Amino acid sequence: MGATEKSRAVGRNVPRKEGLDKVTGAAKYVDDLTFPGMLHGRTIRSTIAAGEIENIHLGFARKGFTIADCRDVPGRNVVALIELDQPCLAERRVRHFAEPILLLAHEDRERLLEAESLVAIDYREETPIYDPEKSDHCFKEIRIEKGDLARGFAEADVVVEGEYRVGLQEQLYIEPNGVIAVPENGGITVYGSLQCPYYVHRALRVLLGLSDDKVRVVQTETGGGFGGKEEYPSMIAGHAAILAWKSRRPVKLVYDRVEDMVATTKRHPGVIRHSTGVTRDGTLTAIKIDVLLDGGAYMTLSPVVLSRGVIHATGPYRCDHVRIQGRVVATNTPPNGAFRGFGAPQTQFAAEVHMERIAETLGIDSVRLREKNAFRPGDTTSTGQKLGRDTSALRVLREAVSRSDFRAKRRAYRGTNRGIGLALFFHGSGFTGGGEVKLASKASLELTETGARILVASTEIGQGTRTMHAQIVADTLGIPYDAVEVAAADTARVPDSGPTVASRTCMVVGKILERCAQEMRRELGGRSAQDYLAERGSLVVTKEYSGPDGLYWDDETYRGDAYGAFGWGCDVIEVERDPETWQIRPTRVTAVCEIGKAIHPVLARGQIEGGTAQAVGYALLEEVAMRDGRMANAQLTNYLVPTTLDTPEIDVTILENPYEHGPFGAKGVGEMPIDGPAPAIVNAIRSLGVDVRSIPATPERILEAPSLSASR
Amino acid sequence: MRTAVSRLELLQPRSVREALRMLRDEGPLVPLAGCTDVYVGLNFGTLSAKRFIDLWPLDEMRAIRSTGGVLSIGALATYTELIRSPLVARRLPILAAAAREIGGVQIQNRGTLGGNVANGSPAGDSLPVLAVAEAMLVLSSAAETRRVPFNSFFSGYRKSVLRLDEIIAAIEVPRVDGRQWFRKVGTRAAQAISKVVLAGIRSDRPRIALGSVAPTVIRLPKTEGALASGAPIEEARRVLEGEIRPIDDLRSTAEYRRRVSANLLERFWRDTAG
Ligand SMILES: Cc1cc2nc3c(=O)[nH]c(=O)nc-3n(C[C@H](O)[C@H](O)[C@H](O)COP(=O)(O)OP(=O)(O)OC[C@H]3O[C@@H](n4cnc5c(N)ncnc54)[C@H](O)[C@@H]3O)c2cc1C
Repeated sequence: MGATEKSRAVGRNVPRKEGLDKVTGAAKYVDDLTFPGMLHGRTIRSTIAAGEIENIHLGFARKGFTIADCRDVPGRNVVALIELDQPCLAERRVRHFAEPILLLAHEDRERLLEAESLVAIDYREETPIYDPEKSDHCFKEIRIEKGDLARGFAEADVVVEGEYRVGLQEQLYIEPNGVIAVPENGGITVYGSLQCPYYVHRALRVLLGLSDDKVRVVQTETGGGFGGKEEYPSMIAGHAAILAWKSRRPVKLVYDRVEDMVATTKRHPGVIRHSTGVTRDGTLTAIKIDVLLDGGAYMTLSPVVLSRGVIHATGPYRCDHVRIQGRVVATNTPPNGAFRGFGAPQTQFAAEVHMERIAETLGIDSVRLREKNAFRPGDTTSTGQKLGRDTSALRVLREAVSRSDFRAKRRAYRGTNRGIGLALFFHGSGFTGGGEVKLASKASLELTETGARILVASTEIGQGTRTMHAQIVADTLGIPYDAVEVAAADTARVPDSGPTVASRTCMVVGKILERCAQEMRRELGGRSAQDYLAERGSLVVTKEYSGPDGLYWDDETYRGDAYGAFGWGCDVIEVERDPETWQIRPTRVTAVCEIGKAIHPVLARGQIEGGTAQAVGYALLEEVAMRDGRMANAQLTNYLVPTTLDTPEIDVTILENPYEHGPFGAKGVGEMPIDGPAPAIVNAIRSLGVDVRSIPATPERILEAPSLSASR
Repeated sequence: MRTAVSRLELLQPRSVREALRMLRDEGPLVPLAGCTDVYVGLNFGTLSAKRFIDLWPLDEMRAIRSTGGVLSIGALATYTELIRSPLVARRLPILAAAAREIGGVQIQNRGTLGGNVANGSPAGDSLPVLAVAEAMLVLSSAAETRRVPFNSFFSGYRKSVLRLDEIIAAIEVPRVDGRQWFRKVGTRAAQAISKVVLAGIRSDRPRIALGSVAPTVIRLPKTEGALASGAPIEEARRVLEGEIRPIDDLRSTAEYRRRVSANLLERFWRDTAG
């Protein structure tokens, strides 16, 4: 697109590609689909947290049932991800409550419920480990070293220490996990609610021992993911496939809410310890951080979650002497996994509450402390990444402080039941370190009679993938938005664009599409699509990820450029405390996010509002009650997320400081908004004089928390 | 595990008389009103019953009227109907206040007052209101209609004097004098089960009832006595803290419930002063 040509779609709130289907109910989710001869599946799970299976009794007549266990796996009995440590069906050992052991299928969904109640499993129980501090199995350890920590502490006037705790969080997509496996053409096709078709594709190849072309994965319209459909679908798809393979019939496996909450992954809980050297005037001289995450019983994506967690652990602050040690360990609880933010909400919660405590200790203004230490262009992060011109920490901070009238309100609220708190944060877009190079994602663009068709494995999970990609392609080709179609994310049709995670779908995959469109435009050379197709027959342009020159990463030493770009955010949150009940009600959020370029402002705003609401739940309400290794409140009656009435007014400001290698300057936006609200809320509670250092900050915890004057 | 609903049996009487006959001759049957509690039980497989009788269409049991100074509320009256009723607004505004805080709009449209009582959860939000209002329950069977004071209806955690062949036909509320007060404390602003719920009436005979702090909704005779005798509020708080036996559960802690109950008592007393 020429510089003089006005952008027609990018930056505008065009209608969503699938919007009409969704609001009219025409969109088909996996549970809306049926296939001739289809069976329903059900998973029988362990009722203990650790031990060995001794005996399985089936107390029902087997006629009409397909029954499968680990011996029915045609290939390798694993959920292939980073490590092959997790069996798809337990063999002898059971390592967590709700671990899948046996699969049943029947034509009548309800017969399965009766049958399940008649299955009895004998175990030899072992002593489970629930406390990560006591775990003897570490999945991954990461150490980041910058400068000379001892020297940094020597330069300090004061050392501030603190321990911060974060709990589990459930993704709580509206549509639970679900798939249908169909045996066809000597292979298997899986339709499902999922984020990463090629993750499932690989897992099925390994599990069934099939070649590439015998496995096909098709994403159905998906009712939310938040990371909860990043790795887990490989498990449930495996189960449906095993049953379909054995019965030679299509098998549908859709969880209800209880099963989904009890069995699937959640956000890693953690303990984060800070020890910070600082001079009297508030200059950070040394930062030492220890991060411990509870990974649950199997590795899943824990090492990568830890990686993003430790890289973001300092918060957006410069310091010459840093040591960060991170560990993610095994416990006998259901595996934790991907969840929007991926480790960064945990560590930045600690960083920002700690920052507030440093200001309290020094008796200086916490905004000034942040201003003094916030990253500027040219500063280096803990991994030694030199930050570019698109570094906006100070800008978002100042904008949020002035828009919210932070200082005046903080003064005015003193001594009342109103509080105000702030958090400054950042979030790397795309895979960490060399991840994008390793992924080598591909995207294709196909010329059609009326325009172009996008072929990517990136999934629409409510966030607007199809719309945003089509906007980028439309403007790059110089054709109307409506002339761009988006093909279904079907591995038989689309190339592997990598997973739909890590705030990478716009910045990374969108960029590859932009390059496809640029080449298509050159190739067309001014001819119309019809003319070109009449002349040449067809045109498909495929491009592979190619990173900006000079990006460097060393996975051994954890040095280098952790991310292509960072988004920057600042939240100011006002709260009210109920004097009778200690309830904290957030009343207003001022969210300022710098995201490079808002391709679709309404969708970008939606990400910020949604992430903020989800983080309000993380901060105040959402508590997974683990009792003996099982989630005791696996129902929406007792696991409470914010309703509309619990969600404060959110004043969103989007700033744009373009990233030169992003499409139209865009960076990631999906995850970042969930990093800030929890520390901002806890800092607001601190402004009320309550020393809270763990979340969720329930009224019960606030009642027990020491008051600030006492604890200082 | 979810109950297999296709295996359940549902009887559909066309009148209250027919319903009572069915309960006598074809029981045991579990009555269904708005089904908002029953469905949750089926969903989690915690309900062992297989046979049900549908009361919902029996409009005779829905009326809200005033007869001879008594406010009579049909057991099938929904929360929405309670909220909209001018009679309830005039006579027992705290019942409308409780109704407004129950569930969300969908639950208010289906959930019934009779269902809240019969379900017998100690967290039922209407129950403290009925306790301080000293309501009477009209219990009907094919054989008889009897009136039982609400305050002697529950005999233990989710246990009551309701017989298997009986239904709650109506709830009768006598004249209530004095200032009424209600406060629900849930974990979030809507769709939350109470952690503590208090209803109070301020008159020369102060009445206080609390939900979620004991196996059933309870009146607090000692605390009421302290207030009646003009004891200072600090003293009444202490009496209350000794009078309730809250527990730790998934929703809250005993300590929190105790402290919040005392705070609510004080707030009630201050709000209704003068
Ligand atoms: C999402 C949700 C939110 C909720 N929020 C609240 C809340 O905030 N506060 C609250 O108190 N409750 C709440 N509830 C619980 C429920 O809605 C109420 O208890 C409601 O009043 C039950 O009435 P129902 O007509 O639906 O009862 P049903 O479910 O039909 O019946 C409940 C029980 O009572 C029996 N029963 C019903 N009517 C009669 C009768 N006339 N005679 C004899 N037995 C009878 C039934 O057999 C059953 O055992 C909530 C429920 C849900 C699902």
